[in-house]
Amino acid sequence: MKVRLRNPDREVEVTGPKTVAEVLAELGIVPEAVLVIRDSTLLTRDDRVEEGDEIEVRPVLSGGSA
Amino acid sequence: MKCRVCRGPAVVDVRRHNAGFCAEHFIDHVHRQVERAIDDFRMFSPEDRLLVAVSGGKDSLAVWDILLDLGYDATGFYLDLGIGGYSERSKQAAVGFAQRRAAKLIVRSLADEHGFSVPELARLTGRVPCSGCGLNKRYEFNRAALQEGFDVLVTGHNLDDEVATLFGNVLHWNVDMLGRQAPVLEERVIGGDVALVRKVKPLVRLAERETAAYALLRGIDYIVEECPMVAGNTQHRYKEAVTLLEEASPGTKHQMYFGFLQRAAQRFAGDAGEGRLVRCSSCGAATPAWDDGEAVCSFCRTKALAQRRREQGPPERKSRRRRR
Ligand code: SF4
Ligand SMILES: [Zn+2]
Ligand SMILES: [Zn+2]
Repeated sequence: MKVRLRNPDREVEVTGPKTVAEVLAELGIVPEAVLVIRDSTLLTRDDRVEEGDEIEVRPVLSGGSA
Repeated sequence: MKCRVCRGPAVVDVRRHNAGFCAEHFIDHVHRQVERAIDDFRMFSPEDRLLVAVSGGKDSLAVWDILLDLGYDATGFYLDLGIGGYSERSKQAAVGFAQRRAAKLIVRSLADEHGFSVPELARLTGRVPCSGCGLNKRYEFNRAALQEGFDVLVTGHNLDDEVATLFGNVLHWNVDMLGRQAPVLEERVIGGDVALVRKVKPLVRLAERETAAYALLRGIDYIVEECPMVAGNTQHRYKEAVTLLEEASPGTKHQMYFGFLQRAAQRFAGDAGEGRLVRCSSCGAATPAWDDGEAVCSFCRTKALAQRRREQGPPERKSRRRRR
């Protein structure tokens, strides 16, 4: 799946299926510091994301990066 | 994960409340937290005229949106800092929001009011941009509120902002700052007239992740991009550090901040250094009274320095040391 990271904008590939928590762990991102978005809806940690999905990981701490 | 209220699918998890919420009930949760902060700290009433300092970011647009939903008389105030494309885009976010909500927005620009932008001020004074920027914002927000007859100035500071500030103040034992850190700063009067308007932070019961989720779920078109001057910001490092603790034990941020307010803040009240205020001999704004001669406020001193440097050309720059 494609994972879009912000500040600066960039994209990485992660293999699915996985839970959101597993994707963030693989990328070394603290879940409390981000929102995860798919098709403009928010996902929770236990939601599953599939191969072929596109998700955005948006930092929420201003001054932040992910 | 299921919504705590309706058992439908959750879209947001708030671990410190051990709860998930669907979009509708998350928005209710946010409204309730803000109402509770307004009540607990007696921030303002429906009769008050509120001026909301709006940056175009998620927190300030969220607090404005919530106050409008709750039926308060809330006008936005956007200050154009002149930080290139970032300021342009953040102004568009503020103006766009005001149009969609049919809300009143006052727009002023630092360059029009005082003849310099934040980057120019930093270059001329040789100080880090954020220090001049903070000084300008405090000065202009207060000036606009007084000139336009508002009772209260509202800012979008959230729990993460307050915890990061508290963390920094404790790390450095800034006891005067600890004495002043509160969700409400009362107005200050000189000679019977308000000189410093009352300041309040209605989002203190909400983590930054919650205000971001709120803005997204409400379809608020906020600016995600960061100010280009922010690099190396210590406030942000503190936020990251505390967020790691929060991840390991949910509730840490709330405990640190509200524990401070309930059990420690009072102990620093005498350190706040809130002595007598006098009017600046140059602009008339409130400034602390020193014993020696007439008082000129720090805004006017900085502005005068910038004007002198502009006439003389900028100083020779030595290698810039990092501020600690
Ligand atoms: S990051 Fe610094 S310069 Fe940029 S808006 Fe914030 S305080 Fe001002
Ligand atoms: Zn629900
Ligand atoms: Zn002055």
